[in-house]
Amino acid sequence: MNKVTNILMVGVGGQGVILASEIVAETMMLAGFDVKKSEVHGMAQRGGMVNSHIRFGPNVYSPVIKKAEADYLFAFEMLESLRFLDFLVKDPVILLNKQQILPPSVTSGEDEYPRDICGLLSKRYHHVDVVDSLAIAKNAGNTKTSNIAFLGSVSTYFEIKEQLWEDTIAKFVPESLLNINLKAFSLGRKFLV
Amino acid sequence: MIIRQENTNQKALMSGNEAIARGAYEAGVRVATGYPGTPSTEIIESLVEYDDIYVEWSANEKVAFEVAYGASASGGRAIVAMKHVGVNVAADPLFAASYTGVRAGFVIVTADDPEMHSSQNEQDNRNYARFAKVPMLEPSDSQEAKDFVRLAFDMSEEFDTPVFLRTTTRLSHSKSVVNLSQVESHHVPDRLFREPEKYVLLPRYSRTRHPLVEDRIKRLADFAETSAINRVEINERSAGIICSGVCYNYAKEVFPDYSFLKLGMAYPLPRKKIMDFAETVRKVYVFEELDPFFEEQIRAMGIDVTGKEMFSMCGEFSPDIAEKIKGKFDNNVKNGMDSLPGRQPNMCPGCPYRPVFYTLKKLGLFIAGDIGCYTLGALAPLEAIDSTVCMGASIGYGMGVDKLLGRHAMGKAVSVIGDATFLHSGIPGVLNMVYNKSAVTVVILDNRTIAMTGRQDHPGTGFTIRGDNTHSVDYEALCRSLGVNHVYTIDPFKMAEFETVVKTEIQRPEPSVIISRGPCVLHRRLQRADKISFMVKEHMCNGCGECQRLVCPALEWRRSRAGNTAFINRAMCYGCGVCMQVCKEGAIVESNE
Repeated sequence: MNKVTNILMVGVGGQGVILASEIVAETMMLAGFDVKKSEVHGMAQRGGMVNSHIRFGPNVYSPVIKKAEADYLFAFEMLESLRFLDFLVKDPVILLNKQQILPPSVTSGEDEYPRDICGLLSKRYHHVDVVDSLAIAKNAGNTKTSNIAFLGSVSTYFEIKEQLWEDTIAKFVPESLLNINLKAFSLGRKFLV
Repeated sequence: MIIRQENTNQKALMSGNEAIARGAYEAGVRVATGYPGTPSTEIIESLVEYDDIYVEWSANEKVAFEVAYGASASGGRAIVAMKHVGVNVAADPLFAASYTGVRAGFVIVTADDPEMHSSQNEQDNRNYARFAKVPMLEPSDSQEAKDFVRLAFDMSEEFDTPVFLRTTTRLSHSKSVVNLSQVESHHVPDRLFREPEKYVLLPRYSRTRHPLVEDRIKRLADFAETSAINRVEINERSAGIICSGVCYNYAKEVFPDYSFLKLGMAYPLPRKKIMDFAETVRKVYVFEELDPFFEEQIRAMGIDVTGKEMFSMCGEFSPDIAEKIKGKFDNNVKNGMDSLPGRQPNMCPGCPYRPVFYTLKKLGLFIAGDIGCYTLGALAPLEAIDSTVCMGASIGYGMGVDKLLGRHAMGKAVSVIGDATFLHSGIPGVLNMVYNKSAVTVVILDNRTIAMTGRQDHPGTGFTIRGDNTHSVDYEALCRSLGVNHVYTIDPFKMAEFETVVKTEIQRPEPSVIISRGPCVLHRRLQRADKISFMVKEHMCNGCGECQRLVCPALEWRRSRAGNTAFINRAMCYGCGVCMQVCKEGAIVESNE
């Protein structure tokens, strides 16, 4: 593969987007690629927008993705997927997590949460998958593993050995929570196969 | 993930900040100091992971600079890290250290914030290098960040000068692959050195130092001509791009076939190298974020370049902006959705600042604010803060209001400052308001941590950066000893009591300090043990909307034909009980479910 692959991971502060994107970037480095990764997050500790750019290939210059260049959009939250359409290639791969986190302007009744986001995206792009990572995490035994469950689904789009993903997860997750995270990863991985 | 010292000769994915820390460690740094500030914070935090280095969060950037400088002047390698505006605080010792030079390597990291992701301005600190006559290196990725720190230490010793390393938010917070190396060992002296003619800036000594500084800059400019970090890449000759830092990677991404002069050294510039490059290519572009720092100096060399007439002086660059060189730049790629609901930053559920701002706003007060999470109180719909200038300014600002308007402002204004900010630079303000007989009321929001940059310790928390126990400031005793006679410590969640104290103190023609003590809800050590949450008794809610003025993320608003009602999202509720106190209908109650 000569080309640089561009991944955009988006979600809301507190969902574990950063950790998941760290694991993706580290895994790609261990798989032998040059990798650059960059994040934008707001000032708030919780509840703000988070987006992470990951670029890997034989030689990567910019740490941020250009407009119309992202090959993959992985959205941990439904609404957040809609913010980044400018960044997508014409025929992107999109994976949506079903979770909806209402922004303050929605809970205060000022704005409405957009309806049928999946339908809207499917009309525009032909490769849109949806996964319920929170439910998968619940099955695994801890809803806090939903980011790793989502990562499991994300991992199916790349030809990287499962063992390498698991080794990387082990580096990033505390030992006491490793088994439950690996279970969530494995369940998330099966979902899309 | 933490890269510990035993891991050498291997690859690691590191942020720019982690790589700067690693570079300092590999260079045998002995003392590392700083004050938290986005985007610099993780440099000092990462250095804690390495043993055998003295690391501290200092009280402010000036002190941080002086501690590191004292170590360097005494023969041990030292690094100090701060955000761009921190250098303003440390500017005084910076200009002096330029004259006095070093004994062992001394590196100053300035982390600039183009786009103001988390800052009050986007000043371009390359100007400080020229102003203070101190060389500046500017890496483009994490590998260079690590390598340049090591080079900076060597240059510092070779040229007897402090050396700046400039990073920007994009570099500090981006990760890229770094090859780790072995640690250099440096001899640390076991005795004191005395050299007053070098280290005592009496005018007669300073006069002998200044010519050395001027000569040093010339020698550094010669070094810049030959150093490999100022790299010429000749490809297609139709266009040549001069750039530095992360902008190099943006331009390289878009124009891999053009010629480049990549400046690893932002100051001083390699005059001959630049002139040769300009003669080799047909058209020269200077692609630099913020000020025309290179452009003006290059124009002064008599070289015609295209720069700021094409690229903005404001904001952060991107590969998309680099496209402008092609003339095909189109900022109107519109594939996205308009008017999506935003997620603006907000105080957390249970934040001890929320009840304070609610009350001050309710009393209709003018609030001179400061730098920290509480600056979020300025956002709609709370809109409680009327001024935010810089660290510590709330007190002086409030006093200016008081001295100008006198009785017209009496009882109508307060100054609000966080605990860390007060200790950083608020104390002289309080001293001044006592000395000069001001009537200002200061509210110290003591949440027991430096919250906004990620909850660091400070002189008021009782812990050092390594988690060791230490003295914790007694704010009340401190303020009294400064001469404030009216000092109160209150619990911000007892809203009625706070309101009474504020109402009394703002009318008093003397200075007062109110310490509002409640830990940050994300505090690592001070977590509440009980798990209470609240609920709205729907039939009792008359939809007045008073609780919505708290802008609590846990408080939702449900619209229906029967009327609007408040609703508490129990997953989000921290159980602070502030909404219960503001509800006039008694509709919000503790929930035992």
